[in-house]
Amino acid sequence: MFRKSFLPVSVIVSILIIWELSSRILAIPTWVLPAPTIIMQEAINGWSNYQHHILSTVFLTVSGFAIGVSVGLLIAIMLHLLPKIREALYPLLIMSQNIPIIVLAPLLVIWFGFGVTPKLLIITLVCFFPVAVSTIDGLRHTNPELIHYMKMAGATKKQIFTKLELPHAVPQMFSGLKISATYSVMGAVISEWLGANKGIGVYMTLASSSFRTDRVFVAILFIMILCLIFFAIIIAAEKIILKWHPGKEEQS
Amino acid sequence: MSTLELENISKSFGELTILDHLDLRVNDGEFVSLLGPSGSGKSTIFHLIGGLYQADHGTIRLDNEAINGKKGSISYMPQTPSLFPWRTVLENVVLSVELHQKPDKQKALEMLERAGLKDYANAYPHELSGGMRQRVAFVRSLLSPQSFICLDEPFSALDEFTRLEMQKWLLTIWEQERPSVLFVTHNIEEAIFLSDRILVLGSKPANVIKEFTIDFKRPRNEELTLTQEFLEKKKEIYQTLRGVLND
Repeated sequence: MFRKSFLPVSVIVSILIIWELSSRILAIPTWVLPAPTIIMQEAINGWSNYQHHILSTVFLTVSGFAIGVSVGLLIAIMLHLLPKIREALYPLLIMSQNIPIIVLAPLLVIWFGFGVTPKLLIITLVCFFPVAVSTIDGLRHTNPELIHYMKMAGATKKQIFTKLELPHAVPQMFSGLKISATYSVMGAVISEWLGANKGIGVYMTLASSSFRTDRVFVAILFIMILCLIFFAIIIAAEKIILKWHPGKEEQS
Repeated sequence: MSTLELENISKSFGELTILDHLDLRVNDGEFVSLLGPSGSGKSTIFHLIGGLYQADHGTIRLDNEAINGKKGSISYMPQTPSLFPWRTVLENVVLSVELHQKPDKQKALEMLERAGLKDYANAYPHELSGGMRQRVAFVRSLLSPQSFICLDEPFSALDEFTRLEMQKWLLTIWEQERPSVLFVTHNIEEAIFLSDRILVLGSKPANVIKEFTIDFKRPRNEELTLTQEFLEKKKEIYQTLRGVLND
């Protein structure tokens, strides 16, 4: 564990050192690029100023992620069970990802106001896609030998789906979940930019409009930390649920 | 009590006739092997018995009841173990039961013990060797509620040593349980060692061209494979098969 993390940690530490030194030696103004130590100071001293923003973003992210993932799974299962509908809707699904969220967001505000609805919609839009696509792939690529066995053993369509295809898609589903988890934090921050009174996104907008660049970096820091935490939670869940899954070295 | 009868079965795919008026019968408690070259339609026969395909012509009877196109009438063991990687050995062997009724874990454990797999009941398939996985697959087909077992070249992917071990193991288990078995193989020695009867299939369209009764007494052990009588039989069957290939 220590050996594995040694390399990335040392890279991060050296970047921070270079950053710190250059901003001191070149005397870069704080409002342009604050040194890491100044950012850390603000992160510690300003905790009481911004902690309610973080809590609000966490809450928004978790609820948006939950809705997005459920929608993604439902879409995947529906499209898998109804191949005709899959044919019809799959291109639409992909097109939905071509619309820049930043363009869509103001529209959603016009339609749904400044409440929580447009924010959840944005996170859902960002989150459902990776889960839906990876789950559909997992469902479709079920080992044909196993399907053949199930048919010979007299399994009904429903049994083939619940006992074979669904569990077979779980590893794939998790790779989608990991992407969605990191996207969900970004989705939440973007949705907060539109107009909210709390959240990391709000804190960030306020900080940048008042040239508190150090606070912008504090916001970035917390966005990264949240992403990592969500990612770690998904990995932990994956480890527990996929305990049967052979390690990479055993897969041939 | 379980018999299987194929009567006058024909099956073609488009222009290609795979089976032409095929007749075969497996009596109760009998171990019958279908021996034939690759591509002789052995798999098609299993798909017909398993109900995945409909025969163009003829009747398939299990215990005197027509089962044409009826899925799940027989217990089936495929060429590859086809175990579910997310299920433990115990969960895998009860799968075939689970599809039709509530599984009896106790019975499954007893069967695993008899098959020498008790210590692996909670292992996952990827932790087992190829031979072990085939054993699990065989136990699964034994536990299956259907009493007639179809084995589709179950040992063809194993190396020679494991294969011999598996054949001996299969015989011990089979001699205890005595289910009716239809066994497909392209290995002559394997067929003689295991079977009561061997049906040699001709290819394109497949038909039973010759039938050999193997009456070596049971229980059999591997010394049998070196006896004069065994080699005689092997030679006889080999010549029949060569005739098929030369046609």
